Amino acid sequence: MAMHRPLSRLLRTNAFRLAALYLALFATSVLSLLAFIYFSTADLIERQTEATLDAELTGLSEQYEQRGLAGLVQIIAERSMGERRSDETLYLIVNSNYRPIAGNLSQWPEAQEIRPGWISFPIEVKNKGVTERHPARATTFDLPGGYHLLIGRDLQNAILFRSSILRTLSWASVLTLGLGVVGGLFMTHNMLRRVDAVNRTSERIIHGDLAQRVPLTGSGDEFDQLATNLNAMLDQIERLMVGMRQVTDNIAHDLRTPLARLRARLEVTLLEKPDAQRYSEALRQTIAEADTLLGTFNALLSIAEAEAGSRREAMAVVSLEEIARSVAELYEPVADEKGLALTVDLDSGIAVRGDRHLLSQAIANLLDNALKYTPEGGVALTARKGEEWATIEVADSGPGVPPEQRDAVFDRFVRLEGSRSTPGNGLGLSLVRAVARLHGGTVRLDESHPGRSTPGLKVILTLPISLPAALPAPIAEPALGN
Amino acid sequence: MKVLVIEDDRESAAYLVKGLGESGYVVDHAPDGREGLFLATSGTYDALIIDRMLPGMDGLAVIGALRAAEVRAPVLILSALGAVDDRVKGLRAGGDDYLVKPFAFSELLARLEALLRRGGPPATNTKLRVEDLEMDLLTRAVRRGGQAIELLPREFRLLEYLLRHAGQVVTRTMLLESVWDYHFDPQTNVIDVHISRLRQKIDKGFPHALLQTVRGAGYVLRGRE
Repeated sequence: MAMHRPLSRLLRTNAFRLAALYLALFATSVLSLLAFIYFSTADLIERQTEATLDAELTGLSEQYEQRGLAGLVQIIAERSMGERRSDETLYLIVNSNYRPIAGNLSQWPEAQEIRPGWISFPIEVKNKGVTERHPARATTFDLPGGYHLLIGRDLQNAILFRSSILRTLSWASVLTLGLGVVGGLFMTHNMLRRVDAVNRTSERIIHGDLAQRVPLTGSGDEFDQLATNLNAMLDQIERLMVGMRQVTDNIAHDLRTPLARLRARLEVTLLEKPDAQRYSEALRQTIAEADTLLGTFNALLSIAEAEAGSRREAMAVVSLEEIARSVAELYEPVADEKGLALTVDLDSGIAVRGDRHLLSQAIANLLDNALKYTPEGGVALTARKGEEWATIEVADSGPGVPPEQRDAVFDRFVRLEGSRSTPGNGLGLSLVRAVARLHGGTVRLDESHPGRSTPGLKVILTLPISLPAALPAPIAEPALGN
Repeated sequence: MKVLVIEDDRESAAYLVKGLGESGYVVDHAPDGREGLFLATSGTYDALIIDRMLPGMDGLAVIGALRAAEVRAPVLILSALGAVDDRVKGLRAGGDDYLVKPFAFSELLARLEALLRRGGPPATNTKLRVEDLEMDLLTRAVRRGGQAIELLPREFRLLEYLLRHAGQVVTRTMLLESVWDYHFDPQTNVIDVHISRLRQKIDKGFPHALLQTVRGAGYVLRGRE
């Protein structure tokens, strides 16, 4: 809309107003500076003239003292010989009747005293055959015997110089102001152009084209920084949206299979024309299956949450070893019941920035898996504190996972041969990986007892340590008796 | 016991009304937030079951309005939003418990009972007792029939929770949430193992088992009466 009237818009912008204000300030200071230069130059020229004349007068008075009036007249006569040039000093010595005796002035001027001892008067100068009137300045001196001495200067050159300075300075001010206006308009326009680029991009994004990015000029100035930040923000939004879409697609896909199975079971039951007992049996099975489905659904949601990073705000500095100890405590009786040894070895003071619930769940999944797939021997839970990284290791003495399948187990619903008979939904390690990534960490698999016939599995979860090692007070125990 | 169900989904509401009725409750039903608020402020209910997403006025707003009107009946929030943050928001709004949909009816019933009997033994009571099983909260000593029982800290907390809810069915999820503060389902039935350990300690060698399993629901710590 505003694009139709660019000038009026330009005038309304903040940038232009600022430029105009600066221009006014700038003009005022330039003009005062130039005026100061002009006046002090003029003053300097005048004073220089007077200083020259003073020096001349001193020289002549010395001559007078040594050689008397005759000597003075002789010197003046010598100096005033020939055609007088405009930059020459004016001399005149007259008797008591103001009759000229010697000098390059034809007569004592009709002068106006500007201050005691100084007079200003016009003189006639022949220049290339033309007679011009020039202003002149002189100092006079009374000699004994009624004689008068005048020493002066033609001021024409000084005045010409002065007006030339005035002209130059005036042009300079005009040029300065002109450049200021043009520069202000140019800068404002330039700034507007770049703001407009941001506006245009955001409008396109609002209209659905999320692939748009704010153009960069490559100058690295604040506009480029702004554009870079905006682009980074857009990248993040796009990543999250793609992630969300992927998650919903996956959930839709992942739940279809168990739902189909559930439906098939109900249909088959109907076809069999069963009796009441068979019916209630089928219903019980269906409820059990619906529960499994819900469990899967919840697990998928947890993974989705962790993957989308939507719980990032729930992150706080937590004690990893406390979380690990609490989960170990939950599983200790399970290990005991299976006749497995659960060894827990935790470094103290491991502070990580994380989500307590997700971390608990991840460690619980690891222990759950380890206990489930270990027929005999033991499971070891270790937490180690490094310089920048903390590692949680869950090592078991089970059959392990062959190296070529170690990546696959992190994918959703992947259950290896031989594990299908045990309960589980194939989402445990997917969640662990999602949680690790959410916390800026990694998870990988290894053998816990290399070389043995049952090498065992070691899951290594690595998380970045929270550097300002300030741990909050121990996590409060949940209140009892509600 | 009179319970108000504020739930907009007709089928879920019918399921709740029927189930609660069969369990011996007198049930009223309101299909939206406004009517629910009206009923709740005018009638006297022992407990409220409020769906979080309601047409007109959402469940959390209803709870806020009820609490502002000094209606103190315990509120059980039902919600399809199950993330920890959602739960926290619900409880902060004035709810007393939070149940994620879909749920087993036994779970709802157990939680409702727990809410209704909250008055039970006051928190300042330093001794909890069921039949000859006695727990001293100050000395942390547990005895049955005069015989000292050694418990691990977590077992102590588990037994304390069961004692405070003596006579009521508590579900595995309730135990996991209250004793461990975990809001996820471990794949293995870890709670069962903890319970059976506790049972070994408090019931073994005694003619009457206090800690009983309720099939399809959970556990109950109950004396003979």
